[in-house]
Amino acid sequence: MDATTQTKPEITPEIVAEHGLTPGEYQRLLNILEREPSLTELGIFSVMWSEHCSYKSSRVWLKTLPTSGPQVIQGPGENAGVVDLGDGHACVFKMESHNHPSYIEPYQGAATGVGGIMRDVFTMGARPIANLNALRFGDPAHPKTRHLVSGVVAGIGGYGNCVGVPTVGGETNFDSGYDNNILVNAMCAGLARTDKIFYSAAKGIGLPVVYVGSKTGRDGIHGATMASAEFDEKSDEKRPTVQVGDPFTEKLLIEACLELMDKDVIVAIQDMGAAGLTSSSCEMADKGGVGIALDLDRVPQREENMTAYEMMLSESQERMLIVLKPGSEAEAEAIFEKWELDFAVVGTTTDTGRMVVTHRGHTEADIPVSTLANSAPVYERPWFPPPTPKMILAEWVPAPDTILGALKTMMSGPALCSRRWIWEQYDHMVMGDTVLRPGGNAGVVRVHGTTKGVALTCDVTPRYVTADPVMGAKQAVVETWRNLIAVGADPLAITDNLNFANPERPEVMGQFVGAIKGMVEACQVLDYPVVSGNVSLYNETNGVGIPPTPAIGGVGVIPDVADTADIALKQEGDLLIVLGRERGHLGQSLYQESIAGRLEGAPPPVDLADEIKSGRLVRAIIREGKASAVHDVSDGGLLVAIAEMALAGNLGVEIFPYEGKLPAHAIWFGEDQGRYLLCVDAMRAEEILDRARLLALPARVIARTGGDALVLKGEEPLPLDDLKAAHEAWLTNYMAAP
Amino acid sequence: MLRATVIVFPGSNCDRDIKVALEGVTGFPVTMAWHGDANVPVSDVIILPGGFSYGDYLRCGAMAAHSPIMRDVVAKAKAGTPVIGICNGFQVLCESGLLPGVLMRNASLKFICRDVLLQVDNAETFFTKCYLKDQVIRLPVAHAEGNYFADAATLDELEDGNRIVMRYCDAQGNVTDAANPNGSQRNIAGICDKTGRIFGLMPHPERLFELALGGSDGRRILESMLLSALEAA
Repeated sequence: MDATTQTKPEITPEIVAEHGLTPGEYQRLLNILEREPSLTELGIFSVMWSEHCSYKSSRVWLKTLPTSGPQVIQGPGENAGVVDLGDGHACVFKMESHNHPSYIEPYQGAATGVGGIMRDVFTMGARPIANLNALRFGDPAHPKTRHLVSGVVAGIGGYGNCVGVPTVGGETNFDSGYDNNILVNAMCAGLARTDKIFYSAAKGIGLPVVYVGSKTGRDGIHGATMASAEFDEKSDEKRPTVQVGDPFTEKLLIEACLELMDKDVIVAIQDMGAAGLTSSSCEMADKGGVGIALDLDRVPQREENMTAYEMMLSESQERMLIVLKPGSEAEAEAIFEKWELDFAVVGTTTDTGRMVVTHRGHTEADIPVSTLANSAPVYERPWFPPPTPKMILAEWVPAPDTILGALKTMMSGPALCSRRWIWEQYDHMVMGDTVLRPGGNAGVVRVHGTTKGVALTCDVTPRYVTADPVMGAKQAVVETWRNLIAVGADPLAITDNLNFANPERPEVMGQFVGAIKGMVEACQVLDYPVVSGNVSLYNETNGVGIPPTPAIGGVGVIPDVADTADIALKQEGDLLIVLGRERGHLGQSLYQESIAGRLEGAPPPVDLADEIKSGRLVRAIIREGKASAVHDVSDGGLLVAIAEMALAGNLGVEIFPYEGKLPAHAIWFGEDQGRYLLCVDAMRAEEILDRARLLALPARVIARTGGDALVLKGEEPLPLDDLKAAHEAWLTNYMAAP
Repeated sequence: MLRATVIVFPGSNCDRDIKVALEGVTGFPVTMAWHGDANVPVSDVIILPGGFSYGDYLRCGAMAAHSPIMRDVVAKAKAGTPVIGICNGFQVLCESGLLPGVLMRNASLKFICRDVLLQVDNAETFFTKCYLKDQVIRLPVAHAEGNYFADAATLDELEDGNRIVMRYCDAQGNVTDAANPNGSQRNIAGICDKTGRIFGLMPHPERLFELALGGSDGRRILESMLLSALEAA
């Protein structure tokens, strides 16, 4: 066959549109090449300029995020962010979405999301030590929801469990806003030595470019483009663009790469993620300021007769591209041979500054690297701010029949029920360093071989962000910070996964801009920079978008894991102290949604100065060993937090009556920010209250531990066994239903 | 001293965990042996670790059972070297014929990771002599295929020979269906061969051997290995 006719069909406007390029973007491409592109070149540009790879709608705003600090070793721009844990240890972490594929094929979509994020981490020389995930599903009553939950959870577990990295935390929401666009955000953290971190800049001419891992197949072609478009009725037809994962190969790839990294032979390394060979080779060459020549005949192939176009755009999983020091090929190959993985020298770095792709004797692409990497369009999308919501008064929200009855209703519904059904399907203990398991404030894993701990959490409250993107995003950042504090950690930095609808709609872009502004403020004040992240736009079906969901993943360090706290009440006669201002804020609360049946008003305001004060105090108390249990107060408010502590410790509490001016339901279910519950020895309560007073922070004793029920004056006691049964039942029963 | 060897298969992922735990408890270095090797070094005990050897392809443990090194493991086991298989290692022991029965998919059809309670039925084996008989201990399970199955005759033989070493139970030591996490016949969590020197166990003792991890009930298995080896020396 004449290769020219095979690979050089006429580039029609239809073909351009199928590649997701606008006529304007295609003209830009023509100007760069000064000729018509080959089909392979068109494919290469289309993936590099996709929203997923180029951040063309978000870039101008992402630049405003704080990304530096003394704790930051590497901020955004590499495969993952890196923070200093002290003593030569570094934590490498990132969160990334796999939303579109997970909706189309939940098991493989979620599994490959986990695989991809782990590769981003070990690419930098870090052994993955913890996984987390932030999941949003549609209304439980929606016909697809159960199937999606089942597939996503099985996929995450199936991949992470097999690779042998513990899944130590996460969050799950159900909301009709995600009916047609679920969110699957996977986070991974790894451990590296500060002097052994690997980057992706291929500096040097004439260096061998090596392909390792799985063979290339036709799966996932155009995944990045799919992830940059809205869904419609035909979305299920996109199933062939979803990649298939193989965690066994990933495990071998981790071991082989880490073994290779122990030798002094790697110049640069990058995983083949979205846009596969195209993106990895282009980015490595661009960062190194070199050209790159790729010979596709040498690429290990799983299927016959693959074209250059297919190989350059394939998103087959478990593949890496490595630039080696010359002469080290044999040493490297022996390692991959031992682990039974493919190894092939597929190219070389050049001084031409061009990416030249050859296949079967033909030049299939010849593009200036720097232009390809840096010429993606940047859009300043029009936006307008959402209307400012009004504060609502607690008195406007109806009271429940009984406080404890409302508590039980809330804790046995989809919003607050136990997530045990999910996290028991994840191996959360493999690697033998899990100090705090899922179900508490934050997961904690030990830095292997030391007594130091890494604390991890991910959070966002989409209903707050919907009502007020600035305040909602600020709250999300602060909630991760608070969760880290509540286990006794020093919060270090965050990764983010910004999930939004179609940015071409000004109101959606307004949500995005607002969320960035809220994050900027919180990160600056808390000295809690963003070191990595991912943007997922076009989470929209037939013009209906998701609630704005900027998921935040926080990482902190604990100097000694002996000085941490969990949420479980431990002994009778202890006192529970609530620290922080009580305003009875019911706007956008779960109480309002699940008991009063509506959701309105402004979300609870965040006071960053108070957060810092209360956070420092709580951490000090934990480190001094003076609190036997600590919990931050978040979704559902104070009474829910108390109940969660009681359930975790299987120990009842007697709750003291509230005698202030606010309505009782506002006190017990208000979602005022900046609050913690501390369980302390009765002898110590006065000391803790005094220390709060010195900082001008409100604090009061609200309960005493003991018995086997939640007891509130004037109401029938709520036996813990009843509450536990209801709390554990909802998700299990929901998933067991036919 | 204790000379322990952990066999590492491609896809093993609890190999480091058991090494760290055993070294931490006994103070003696643990050797790692690659599955492709022909021989196991001279050992007082051989350990088949947890994980997903060969990605669980075919059946859990089936491919590993045919690894080159397994010929020597089987030979040494038959000649009297104690062998413990934990989780995937238990599956390998069954697949290689060193223990009877098979580990099927959990009754729930789901992977399950949680602490379970176990009754120590046999506290006289090489691996359990530091426990008391009928002691109730807490260890985590983490598996999708831990549902032990064998025909009734085999089960009776195991029971009569005091070869059911540990069973899933409740806090009072009652062996109930509710306490059974995976549907195992007769609540079996671990069995041994006739000599008590080949032991397969689904729960992970190496995951709860120190209080920093939330419990230390697994420690006694590691201590039993050391004590037994010292007694044999």
